[in-house]
Amino acid sequence: MLMPVRRLPALVVCAALVGAVACGDDDTADAADGTTTDLAGTITVFAASSLTDAFEEAAEAFEQAYPDVTVELNVAGSSALREQILAGAPADVFAAANPSNMDQVAEAGEVDGDAEVLVHNSLEIAVAAGNPGGVEGLEDFADDSLLIGLCAIEVPCGDFGREVLADAGVTPAPDTEEPDVRSLLTKVASGDLDAGLVYATDVESAGDAVEGIAIPDDVNVVADYPIAALAGAGEPEIAAAFVDYLLSDDGQAILTSYGFAPA
Amino acid sequence: MLHADVALRLGALDLAAEVEVADGEVVAVLGPNGAGKSTFLRAVAGLVSLDGGSITVDGQVLDAPDEGTFVPTHRRPIGVVFQDHLLFPRLSALDNVAFGLQARGMRKAEARGQAAGWLDRMGLADHAGAKPAALSGGQSQRVALARALATEPRVLLLDEPLAALDARTRLHMRAELRRHLATFPGARLLVTHDPIDALVLADRLVVLESGRVTQEGTTDDVVRHPRSRYVAELVGVNLLHGTAAGDRRVRLAGGGELIVADPVPATELAVAVRPQAVTIHRDEPEGSARNAWAATVTDLEARDDRVRVQLAGPVGTGGDGDAGLVAEVTPAAVTALGLAPGTAVWATVKAVDLAVYER
Amino acid sequence: MSGRRGATGQRGRPPWALVPLAALTVTFLLVPFVALLQRAPWSGLADLLRDPVVTDALRLSLISACTATVISLVGGIPLAWMLARTDFPGRSLVRALVVLPMVLPPVVGGAALLFAFGRRGLVGGPVYDGTGFLLPYSLWGVVAANTFVALPFLVVTVEAGLRSANLRYEDAAATLGAGRWMIFRRITLPMTLPSVVAGAVLCWARALGEFGATVTFAGNLQGRTQTMPLAVFLALESDREAAIALSLVLVAVSLAVLLPLRDRWLAA
Repeated sequence: MLMPVRRLPALVVCAALVGAVACGDDDTADAADGTTTDLAGTITVFAASSLTDAFEEAAEAFEQAYPDVTVELNVAGSSALREQILAGAPADVFAAANPSNMDQVAEAGEVDGDAEVLVHNSLEIAVAAGNPGGVEGLEDFADDSLLIGLCAIEVPCGDFGREVLADAGVTPAPDTEEPDVRSLLTKVASGDLDAGLVYATDVESAGDAVEGIAIPDDVNVVADYPIAALAGAGEPEIAAAFVDYLLSDDGQAILTSYGFAPA
Repeated sequence: MLHADVALRLGALDLAAEVEVADGEVVAVLGPNGAGKSTFLRAVAGLVSLDGGSITVDGQVLDAPDEGTFVPTHRRPIGVVFQDHLLFPRLSALDNVAFGLQARGMRKAEARGQAAGWLDRMGLADHAGAKPAALSGGQSQRVALARALATEPRVLLLDEPLAALDARTRLHMRAELRRHLATFPGARLLVTHDPIDALVLADRLVVLESGRVTQEGTTDDVVRHPRSRYVAELVGVNLLHGTAAGDRRVRLAGGGELIVADPVPATELAVAVRPQAVTIHRDEPEGSARNAWAATVTDLEARDDRVRVQLAGPVGTGGDGDAGLVAEVTPAAVTALGLAPGTAVWATVKAVDLAVYER
Repeated sequence: MSGRRGATGQRGRPPWALVPLAALTVTFLLVPFVALLQRAPWSGLADLLRDPVVTDALRLSLISACTATVISLVGGIPLAWMLARTDFPGRSLVRALVVLPMVLPPVVGGAALLFAFGRRGLVGGPVYDGTGFLLPYSLWGVVAANTFVALPFLVVTVEAGLRSANLRYEDAAATLGAGRWMIFRRITLPMTLPSVVAGAVLCWARALGEFGATVTFAGNLQGRTQTMPLAVFLALESDREAAIALSLVLVAVSLAVLLPLRDRWLAA
């Protein structure tokens, strides 16, 4: 699922970048020994699917700042990405949707240095625009007469979803456990499901097609999204620069605009 | 009784032929390949439909395009024996014969019982359980016949019934087929390109060439009086076309004239002369032969212990697309006369050796 | 005894240039299976096979593949007959339509099925509103998805078989008094049995391995809609060994069905 970054209208991003460069923000990439060199090359970024839209914009912005750099995104479920990295797939940066997947990669020695928390995400109930199913809260997930969707337990959002439901004391009656969060969202948006348990960012990304119903904070999870440059990176300089960019104020601004909570 | 007035076009074939077969009669449609014989038979069977004309069996109209009537094949009171027999490969001989009976609603056990009777009559009781692949050509032919007869059709159609057999089997099967056909009470129509099949099996011949009937009559009649080159060649005689030019005189299409023994029967005439009756001389002959002419040898062909000599001249060229007259002589005569292509010779034939009849 | 023993001449001795190519192709197919076998967790295999996830998935896979094949036979053979023997207006369009599911990515097929038979679907919507019946999230949904992608294989194979069948046998049957239905039942179908068998096998195999359309249309729920391919895919995310074990089970089951297929059933 390699996706070359599309040329999005990036006026706002440009302005932010210009501002950042002008202020001489020390988060712009420097070479390790302190000299500033213009970066050139291509990096491959493995990102969890919930990061898709945010990363596309961030990659665009990064490419604007470094015109000789190309960022290629490989988006999939975090566990699929983990498997690919462990099997030797060429990746420069890995951003996962839960610490477990990153830990496994780190244990195999594939991480350069330490992983850092990129953003946080929490769950939200997604319903189709207009809430035709009349869903009110987590209790409805036990309702047999409604069409309920969860993420499969093998993917992070499924894992967290069950945690949330357990904390709320709800035994869910799902009709399907989708292998990735995007397909779950699509079915909610199209009306093929009454409700689904997805990330807050997903509700955001679906725009008008989907509405969100908030989950009480005391039962909601806060998912940490770790990010790291990888040991086997072909372009370690650019990889590190990209990670730094994402952790910078500008990077974080882009990420939060998509519904993530800042690191 | 079968009355088939067939008019149809199929691809390059333009067929227009009418044949009537009475109960108890065997009629053979004889013709070269491509004449339309099989198409004719398929039309009677209903496997191809008419453009015009009609097909009637015992008064029942099976196909009449002008009236809008068409009875599909499976409802026609016919039985067909195909050239390649077409025994159903996955059914035993017994089940093949029983097939038609079952198609008409008979229960399997009863159908098999009757089928066994038919196979017995054919002398194939021992092979009832055999699959078609295990049968010899002659056996398979008999099964095909039994299969067609088992449903007791009113008309039996045979499409080149002996063509799939080797020469030896064919000889033997021809006689057998004749016997079996004799036991069938209805009309029998067979289609063949082999004149001996026609001669042995049929009462009446209908000669079909290029979609048209060129001659019909009893076998005897057709053989003695061929009216087309095809039949003449089949029977092995020379055929000449001409017109009456006097009481006992025939002017030939090629320009020559022949004197014949009996008064001519009509104006448009056909003259048949056997190759053996044509004598060849080096010099202009004397003698009682009333017919003598100068000719040129164009070809020599050894056939068994005779030589067929092709002659070009005023007798035998022109008309009917014929390419000359054929005389048959001994090899010794060829040597004695010094015959070779291009040799100038004289040919004679006696008036009594010329068969003249209406064309 | 037919003459298959002691085959000489054209039968049985390939032109020498073909042998290395064939060998290479077989190797290409063989290596992934060997690699799979090599990584199999043989020690924990027995326990894994008793896991309800595995037994449920296998049961569902077999039921849906077999049902899809039966439906494909009942609906596909008549369709193949029409395409092979009748000249109706729009025939080429229908044939293209039949081939379409083979060309579409399965997920696209699944999405299309949702648009058609989902809760808000063209047909599914009114049916649901009227009767409460819904295909997605049920085993019938899996069967529908399987049939959609596998049916074309059967139709194409049987159509080819019907086209090459010798029509003269059918003529002979007609002259014996057999009507069209009897001819079809006793002559045509038995004669084209090899292509029907081949088509059914292809259909079954395709249905068994079907993933994209199934998960998109019917969803994924253990015991109800989670077939083997789905279970394998999800297992790959969390437990690689389980995934390999499941894959081997699928391979073993397929072999159990394919190996006993005798050569002569597939030969004309």
